[in-house]
Amino acid sequence: MSHDPDDNPHVPAPSLWPIGFAIGLACILVGLVVSWPAVVVGAVLAIAFGVLWIRDVARSHAPVETHAEEGLSPTGEPGAELGAAEGEHLETYGRAGFLTLATIGVGGVIGAGVTLPSLGFAVLPSFSGKAADPTTEVDLGPLENFPEGQYVIANFLEDPALGEVSRRTAYVRYNGLAQNGEPSFTTVFSRCVHLGCPVQPNGPTFEDKVVKYKDVTLTPVQPAGFGCPCHGGAYDTEGNRTAGPPVRSLDRYEFSIVNGNVVLGKLFSVGTVEGTGAGAKISRYRRAYPGVHVDGPEKWLYPIPVPGS
Amino acid sequence: MAKSTRRRQLETAALYPLDWVEERTGLVGGVKFFLFRRVPRDINWMQTLGSATLTAFLVQAITGVVLAMYYKPDPDKAYASIDYITNDVTLGWLVRGMHKWGASVFIILMFFHMARTFLFGAYKYPREINWVIGVLLLVMGMAEGFTGYLLPWDQTAYWATVVGINLNATAPFAGPFLAQFLQGGAAIGPDALSKFYSFHMLVIPGGIMALIGLHMYLVIRLGVTSPPWSKVEAGRARPEAEASGTREGLIPDPAQGEGH
Repeated sequence: MSHDPDDNPHVPAPSLWPIGFAIGLACILVGLVVSWPAVVVGAVLAIAFGVLWIRDVARSHAPVETHAEEGLSPTGEPGAELGAAEGEHLETYGRAGFLTLATIGVGGVIGAGVTLPSLGFAVLPSFSGKAADPTTEVDLGPLENFPEGQYVIANFLEDPALGEVSRRTAYVRYNGLAQNGEPSFTTVFSRCVHLGCPVQPNGPTFEDKVVKYKDVTLTPVQPAGFGCPCHGGAYDTEGNRTAGPPVRSLDRYEFSIVNGNVVLGKLFSVGTVEGTGAGAKISRYRRAYPGVHVDGPEKWLYPIPVPGS
Repeated sequence: MAKSTRRRQLETAALYPLDWVEERTGLVGGVKFFLFRRVPRDINWMQTLGSATLTAFLVQAITGVVLAMYYKPDPDKAYASIDYITNDVTLGWLVRGMHKWGASVFIILMFFHMARTFLFGAYKYPREINWVIGVLLLVMGMAEGFTGYLLPWDQTAYWATVVGINLNATAPFAGPFLAQFLQGGAAIGPDALSKFYSFHMLVIPGGIMALIGLHMYLVIRLGVTSPPWSKVEAGRARPEAEASGTREGLIPDPAQGEGH
């Protein structure tokens, strides 16, 4: 068998243009985040190299000029030449062409009419409405339940309507009054900022001093820092990373005092914390997903925060 | 020894339904074409790993369909329904066990099958597209594992999915969008469970079945490869497809000019 396909594989000739094309695309993607001029440069590169690439491919597949018709004749249809001759009399865009396009067009419209709403229904609810803007206000109970300088493990339901799936834990410490005379709290969220496992306080809990307020349980604890059981992330008592894979400090809750009760609000992310307790300086950012940078150049890689922050 | 007339009559009568079907559908010929293929003489047991993977997938499909009759994708009921399947429903422990352990078997067999293909050089021309389809099947198999892991809705399932979704979130640019889509909002909630259930039993299996169809079509068209040490020619004689010849009739051939 002289035409065994195994004998002559159809592989494209080696070419450098795809690499230039890929660099152009990468430049566009980086530019979309970093700067618009880079997008223009990337687009020019991608178009230029893309055209060169297409030109090369087209050239290597160009028909052999004079032998094309004769070469086909052994396998080609006997009517091929007849068809070519008739082609001169045929309209280039006739009724058949119109009907073909109309069928494809109407089919496309019907298909889009069915597909697009379904796709939108599958994707958009995650990005709109209550899912994208959850209201979180959790009443932790009266101020007196929080001894000064003592961490308590606050265990509560973020949204009782959702049930147990919204159970959250925060490490809350009353720092006494800040310089402006307002009560100061350190409210560390228990989810590790590596990949979201619950961090543990590396110290004794005092089960005999547990305080309950409605659905909230407050367990005093003496943490020597926070540690994550999953991949060994470690934090100090302010939530700053001391070891392991996390890329920022532990997230915190906003808090306010309403009628003498401590109320937790939205979560936010923290770059670093300088100082401790009431005098701490916190570099605050909108809440990012765990494992995501909030400062440094890497933050440009993550365009949206966690919804509702 | 010639068969008796009576015996021949009986055989003809017994096989008549088969002839009846064949005359109207050609299915017998199709099944023969599908099953009785020429394979290289020195084929070996390693080349049954693909069929083994297919069997593992079929086991997952069948046991999964049955489990869906008893499972309830609702945060309040999911764990209880798993408990019910395992402890109360007759043979539930067995079918759930087959599905749970079969999932690992499916993934492991896919890797063995992939290793065989790689080490035998069976991914080379003209089978590159089948390799690409195989990689997509591997990815979709992993996605089945990821989505199925959440369904028992116990602590392991919940936290593994938290970590899995957050892993997705660390991908540049698309990551946060993907995470928000997967958990259906700011955190994993009731919508996440039913979304994962839908993906696990409808979306991804549909895709896997379609890709398995393509995979099989190409295996039948291109034939089974000989082992690398073989001296025997591989595969059946293929139709001689010129790279640009057979597209005629589907789209106009640019080499023939306008109006063809």
